[in-house]
Amino acid sequence: MPSSLLWAVDVYGRVYSLSTACQLWEQCRDAHLEFKRVTSVQQCCWGIACDHNIYLNVHASDLPIRYQEETFENQRWNPVDGFSDRLLPSDRWQWSDVTGLDHQPLESFQLPSESWEWEGDWYADENIGGEPTDKTGWTYAIDFPATYTKDKKWNSCVRRRRWIRYRRYKARDTWAKIPSEETGPLPDPFSDISCGGWEVSEEPAGRLSLWAVSLQGKVWFRDGIRHDNPEGSVWEEVSIPGEVVQISCGPVDLVWAVLWEGQLLVREGIGRDCPKGSSWVVVDSPSPEVGAIHVAVGVNVVWAITKDHKVWFRRGVNSHNPCGSGWIGMVGEMVMINVGLNDQVWGINCEDRAVYFRQGVTSSELSGKAWKAVSVPRDSDRSHSSASTNSMHSAGCFFGGEVRIQSQGSVLSDLDSDSERAPGGGLLSDPEAPAAVAAVDAAAAAAAAAAASGAVATSNADVDIPKPRIPKVTSDSFISELVSDREGQVGRRDGPPSGPSIPEEEGAERDEESKEPPTLVLSASQSVGLQDPQWSNVDLEEAQTHLAVGPPAEAADTCSLSSVATYHLGLEELYGPDEHPLWAWVSGGGCSVDSHTQLNWFNSTGMASSAQSMSLSITPAQSAAWRKQIFEQLSERSKREMENFRHYEQAIEQSVWVKKGAMQWWRDWKPPKWVDVRFALEQFSGVEGNKDGILFIYYTFNEEKKYLHAFVNEVTILVPVLNDTKHTFAIYTAERTKQRWPIRLAAPTELEMHDWLALLSVSCCDSRGIHGPPSKQAIWSLTCKGDIFVSEPTPELEASLYPTPCDQMFWRQVGGHLRIIECNSLGVVWGVGYDHTAWVYTGGYGGGFFQGLASSTDNIYTQTDVKSVYIYENQRWNPVTGYANKGLPTDRYMWSDASGLHECTKANTKPPSPHWTWVSDWAIDYSVSGGTDREGWQYAADFPASYHGHKTLKDFVRRRRWARKCKLATTGPWLEVPPIALSDITILPCGAQSTHEQVPLWAISNKGDVLCRLGVTTQTPAGTSWLHVGTDQPFKSISIGTVHQVWAIARDGSTFYRGSVSAQNPAGDCWYHIPPPAKQKLKQVSVGRTSVYTVDENGNLWYRHGVTPSYPQGSTWEHISNNVRKVSLGPLDQVWIIADKVQGSHSLSCGTVCRRLGVQPMEPKGQSWDYGIGGGWDHITVRANSTEAPRISMAAAAVAAPPHDGLAQQTPPRSPLPPRSPLPTRSQETEINGDAIGC
Amino acid sequence: MADDKDVLRDVWFGRIPTCFTLYQDEVTEREAEPFYLLLPRVSYLTLVTDKVKKHFLRIMKQEDVEEMWFEYEGLPLKWHYPIGVLFDLHASNTALPWSVTVHFKTFPERDLLHCPTNSVIEAHFMSGIKEADALKHKGQVINDMQKKDHKQLWMGLQNDKFDQFWAMNRKLMEYPTEEGGFRYIPFRIYQAMSDRPFIQRLFRPVSADGVAHTLGDLLKEMCPSAIPQDDLRSLRKRASSTVLRKTKGALALTIIQDKSKTVR
Repeated sequence: MPSSLLWAVDVYGRVYSLSTACQLWEQCRDAHLEFKRVTSVQQCCWGIACDHNIYLNVHASDLPIRYQEETFENQRWNPVDGFSDRLLPSDRWQWSDVTGLDHQPLESFQLPSESWEWEGDWYADENIGGEPTDKTGWTYAIDFPATYTKDKKWNSCVRRRRWIRYRRYKARDTWAKIPSEETGPLPDPFSDISCGGWEVSEEPAGRLSLWAVSLQGKVWFRDGIRHDNPEGSVWEEVSIPGEVVQISCGPVDLVWAVLWEGQLLVREGIGRDCPKGSSWVVVDSPSPEVGAIHVAVGVNVVWAITKDHKVWFRRGVNSHNPCGSGWIGMVGEMVMINVGLNDQVWGINCEDRAVYFRQGVTSSELSGKAWKAVSVPRDSDRSHSSASTNSMHSAGCFFGGEVRIQSQGSVLSDLDSDSERAPGGGLLSDPEAPAAVAAVDAAAAAAAAAAASGAVATSNADVDIPKPRIPKVTSDSFISELVSDREGQVGRRDGPPSGPSIPEEEGAERDEESKEPPTLVLSASQSVGLQDPQWSNVDLEEAQTHLAVGPPAEAADTCSLSSVATYHLGLEELYGPDEHPLWAWVSGGGCSVDSHTQLNWFNSTGMASSAQSMSLSITPAQSAAWRKQIFEQLSERSKREMENFRHYEQAIEQSVWVKKGAMQWWRDWKPPKWVDVRFALEQFSGVEGNKDGILFIYYTFNEEKKYLHAFVNEVTILVPVLNDTKHTFAIYTAERTKQRWPIRLAAPTELEMHDWLALLSVSCCDSRGIHGPPSKQAIWSLTCKGDIFVSEPTPELEASLYPTPCDQMFWRQVGGHLRIIECNSLGVVWGVGYDHTAWVYTGGYGGGFFQGLASSTDNIYTQTDVKSVYIYENQRWNPVTGYANKGLPTDRYMWSDASGLHECTKANTKPPSPHWTWVSDWAIDYSVSGGTDREGWQYAADFPASYHGHKTLKDFVRRRRWARKCKLATTGPWLEVPPIALSDITILPCGAQSTHEQVPLWAISNKGDVLCRLGVTTQTPAGTSWLHVGTDQPFKSISIGTVHQVWAIARDGSTFYRGSVSAQNPAGDCWYHIPPPAKQKLKQVSVGRTSVYTVDENGNLWYRHGVTPSYPQGSTWEHISNNVRKVSLGPLDQVWIIADKVQGSHSLSCGTVCRRLGVQPMEPKGQSWDYGIGGGWDHITVRANSTEAPRISMAAAAVAAPPHDGLAQQTPPRSPLPPRSPLPTRSQETEINGDAIGC
Repeated sequence: MADDKDVLRDVWFGRIPTCFTLYQDEVTEREAEPFYLLLPRVSYLTLVTDKVKKHFLRIMKQEDVEEMWFEYEGLPLKWHYPIGVLFDLHASNTALPWSVTVHFKTFPERDLLHCPTNSVIEAHFMSGIKEADALKHKGQVINDMQKKDHKQLWMGLQNDKFDQFWAMNRKLMEYPTEEGGFRYIPFRIYQAMSDRPFIQRLFRPVSADGVAHTLGDLLKEMCPSAIPQDDLRSLRKRASSTVLRKTKGALALTIIQDKSKTVR
């Protein structure tokens, strides 16, 4: 699981983040402001600073945030000028949007805020529906609006072209102010903010809901926040029946708010089309006497805090019942609480102000078990190097007309440490400071700059600030207290011994004092430097005066409104110098943990414990050395005790070992059905000590006892087929593969099935002498269940004359679950899960149910995957009730699978196997091909027919798809490559001897961005970072060939060749648009050494003709085959496919691995297909198999045909290899030899 | 833990070359030739000496034969200790092969248990396995196994089938990752110069403050006399001076498993 961040604000307004992978609160360095509250999601964090503005911190990523602006240039033909921008009066604007209604000249486009920059200038788009237009980009039509074509015809009276320009969001990893609006009602200052709602609509859009509460108790909703518009566009006021103090928004559709009076409001009607919701429902406070002051919601949970700090959990909350059913009192007293991604809960305890994590929160036990304090040090606590930053902080931000009020307040331990760590003269030079006081801002700026540049010593001596001030903030906890004050309920936990809070006066008093002359500041600062620092919590006007925002009077008003409570942090002795930080706010909305995440946030108290854990932990290197030592000692012992006595007789004679069991067998004869059989595996040692075995299936046929057997060394693959009714697996031999009829067996329990599979697998591997991890040349394949199989290619596999038939390939399973896998011969293997997570192969083997002996010791990690299960709701129209779930007697089930043949209701549909667990509820799926209406329905004339997304008069039936997510946790030799979700990958295939310093690896993100991975080497197969390659549209398939030929296909079917890609220029320079085959939309591409093959959406396989080094784009497409699902080309131009519909002697199989026979360097199209393992295969990659056919056969062939050999030697220019090929010379020779065979 | 195949194999396939000679006072029809055999360290004497018995019975009269027992330098060998333990305990410093004397008379009732059939060994072995699992998993794993699984463990040992044995035994050697180890480490410390048969106490794999224990920690606590004065590192090499045996399940895997435990 990649690391994610928990955000928190301490009582001084400093923002910290804690990574799930770290044990350190890291201060947000960029925060030049104190913050009141933050709310985080995975990709960004929003905050309210003390200047009352809202700031957004979008986390840095290798993926840029780009927004495509577009406008259309429209022209009409007239006999005089030809095409010109002189349009008819009734026509659209010369520059308009796509509909023609809005006037959109190029110069009307402005950057929305300072956080954006233009990526380039405007240019005309040369693409219409996947086909390239001419260079000018014009598309023609008879009139506006009409169908546009790329060709100019005699009747083309109008034309238009699309201009596009990108702007890029540049404010990453920094707090960028959200510009306040010029128009509309300007919200009064915000006091609370909550972000969520990212699961309301489908993922790629990245829509977020941001709710805010203003000081006057109004509620605002930020509209238009998406991935490509992280700031959102406009604040919309949401009417509210009362005054709200705090609001909380969950990941899905829960939004709750707290009213001043202590009741709670629940938003109803939130959905995909209405993220703002429609109405409020009031829910009473958990306790009749004490009102609520705080609420936090998740996916299916609501937690609340009442004014007496009691914590409450709301029972029975879900999407259908957002109000829940009742309150349950929980243990603990908290000042605030926050619910994260998957209903995990954090709180801040009112006793010690520490952040607490709720342990044991699972989907079945949402209220969790116990609170556990997060105790990790902060970076400023122990890092001396951060001191300069601290000083900058104090210099730049916390200096102003601030005031010490020594008579009251409390002692803050952190001040001590801050002071002491101020660099060089920071503290010590205080007496010299008066000179600086006059020029506050200048000095502050200079000091900040100086500190930042590291020139601390000298500059600090004369310009640094008198002292490091305590940052002051009105943290939200005070607002909470403000609430309690208003209610007349004093909720002080700390029971301050002195200085009872008199909020209103306090604010006023401070305000006055803040206007006192700077000498006071000086004396205060000196005193702070010399004695115990004392301060009172302040204050907003400080920041405002500092920033010179608004007249003092207004600031004072604000202050008195919001900063009313004086917060006493408690008794001095309670907070010694090494006391833990005091937190004011925490946000876990971006923190991805669950109940079994191993968090190391607990039990550590500062440096001591971290040092301890350092000394005690045993590093992998140590353990490896240790293991080696033990192994050597054992070997030594064996040698000592046995070497001279090998001739002694063994005490136990080797014998045959038989394992038996009862199973069910899918019998061969008709009608096929499950019959009870006895199953036995006999294992014995062969003559050379290699192990072998025989499988027996004992059955009765017509009252007669019979058996079926298979030699273990003939088994080619064992495939687990787990479903919720039977624990079955299939055994294939070459013969069975030809028949398309495996031996299918069902074990009584899942455990027994795994035992048998593990045993059989070890036995098969032993009999073939296969041990350890797969080789670098291995061929990988995936089934449609996500199971991973790997096969060791023999040199004969790609022999040109008599290749090993691919039904004889032996496949073994590797743990894990993937949808796509790609590799190359340097051993770099990457995969993509069904949830688009990228995984890199670690070099291990085993995992999954292969445990113990069949699995490697290291390199096996937990892998998770998430996929959706779909069911269909079907309805038929009738004249009385309209569409109803009452069909004709001949109709399909009203709830069915896609085919309509099987009934699938919400209740009876189970996850694909017992290993999967539901992680969401059933939800309407709108992302169905063909489109849907607003309720997700697709219409058709009858079942089954082609469905469309709108209702017409001829439609009598409709259906809609429901999706439910389920999750798998397994193990395998895979490590996650966070954070970008991918939909396709490709790795440069190369010869086994190639020495690529960096392995070119390209990928497509699940949003369609083209990415190039940097830093991929054999030592670091995961690489280091992504380089984004700009495109005008989302992509879906990509492939790179041996000599850096990059081909890619966009989602609209456009095919592109990337120019000038080389080892020196890994990202290339521009895209060349390639016209697709006539009337076909391509969907997948694979590039080998010289060949380019594509597959279109109708399952046709195409070969690209005319690809030469000088013209790498090629000229035409040639149809090779139909019924192809996927193609993979190897480094020797091998062509392997996943074919649909392969007929065997017994049965037909879909999803079959096939290999093209007769592929020669001069005949890259090959001649016929060779059929391999199949029935449910989904993916294959042969891109690592650079194992050349044995040279002996080549030599023989060359000898047999000397004249051809000579001919080939004389015509090197015919070699299809580009001249600048980086392939080693050996390959070149082979090429010539290969030509010899081919000619 | 059960995943370091190489080490497990080396431990399993450890053999002790042994020379069996008939006790001089035994009555024979002709001179008894010594009998040489490679004994598996992880097995039991009476389980693997059928050939020895057959060899000597050929030259002996039926009436002269009672229960067979073994002796090394005057010390009756307890068959219910694994062979490796017996060897390391009594004979680790002697020249190989290990010279064992075979008796057919005067069974030392005070020192040895009778072993009429293999089922006695099996019962002893299984009770060891169960005891170890009680310490490791409160006995949950072994109790969840079926009778045939128990049989597979035993047959694996009896027939020297590593794969067969470990296919089952790995389940006994697993623990949930979040727990970080067994509840207690099953072990026994046998000492040659001691009145006590062995030391066996509860010992957790991880200390209260979350630190993984090593074999050195165990010895320091259980048997400080076995630790030489120099540091713990040398201890590992000298561990043979004290034989540490895990109670079954691990089958006299002595030090190995403790080390791999520490590593985790």
